[in-house]
Amino acid sequence: MVVDQADVSLLFHALADATRRDIVRRTMGEQFSVSALAREYPMSFAAVQKHVAVLERAGLVTKQRKGREHLVAGNPASLRAAHDALDRLELIWRDRVARMDDLLVSDPSD
Amino acid sequence: MPLTNVANDAAAQTVTLTAEFDAPVERAWQLYADPRQLEQWWNPPGYPLTITDHDLSVGGFVRAHVTAPDGQKIQAYWRISAVDAPRGMEWEDGFLDDQGEPNPAIPPTTMRLTLAERAGGGTRMTIVVGFLSAEAMQEYLDMDIEEQMRVTFGQADALLLSLTLPG
Repeated sequence: MVVDQADVSLLFHALADATRRDIVRRTMGEQFSVSALAREYPMSFAAVQKHVAVLERAGLVTKQRKGREHLVAGNPASLRAAHDALDRLELIWRDRVARMDDLLVSDPSD
Repeated sequence: MPLTNVANDAAAQTVTLTAEFDAPVERAWQLYADPRQLEQWWNPPGYPLTITDHDLSVGGFVRAHVTAPDGQKIQAYWRISAVDAPRGMEWEDGFLDDQGEPNPAIPPTTMRLTLAERAGGGTRMTIVVGFLSAEAMQEYLDMDIEEQMRVTFGQADALLLSLTLPG
């Protein structure tokens, strides 16, 4: 999935809320109906439905109709876009750890 | 290879790295506490770092400048938010503007360092790198990646490292 600039800002807006991050975590592993999700949080069904809608617009989850229920499933490809920023930090620190080790080995004394 | 684990958590917007060194905790702490040592590992070769202030107390600042190969000077800072020498420290890492003040246009990152004794000797270092907010993370993501890579690594290093990244 190609994530363009507009999608990226939706993505981080969506991830800025703790409840929405939790919904993303849950639905990456298995599908949940909106009503099942609503039972997990101390808020109304409508409030949870709104959170799911924000996540859906950001592409972090997909919603599929099954009978009378809407099933919510996480979308790993979108989460991957958020990982890209983290990958950059990881690269920087992998490099730093290697240099720290070089320094400790070459000068073990204080 | 000192690096033992890397965990990216996109939902929490953090990267956690764990590394082990044979050196004791006090020695590993000196990598941060001694500005001359910090200058030697913080930046890659070709981007020498000169530390001009180094106050590792709560609210204290480390100020430094980086000289890029094209001669351009980049001013950077750490703002210390917690310290427990030699076992750990938390700080904000960002860039300074022309007036020497933290530049809000470039999103800072946050760092939480823990140095613990490894069973049988040596040090286990954990560092959690994150962002002040989801918005800061997005600004960081929007920055020109080529420019970031140029500043943070040599091109060849960046290429080699990218090949070893877990999918």
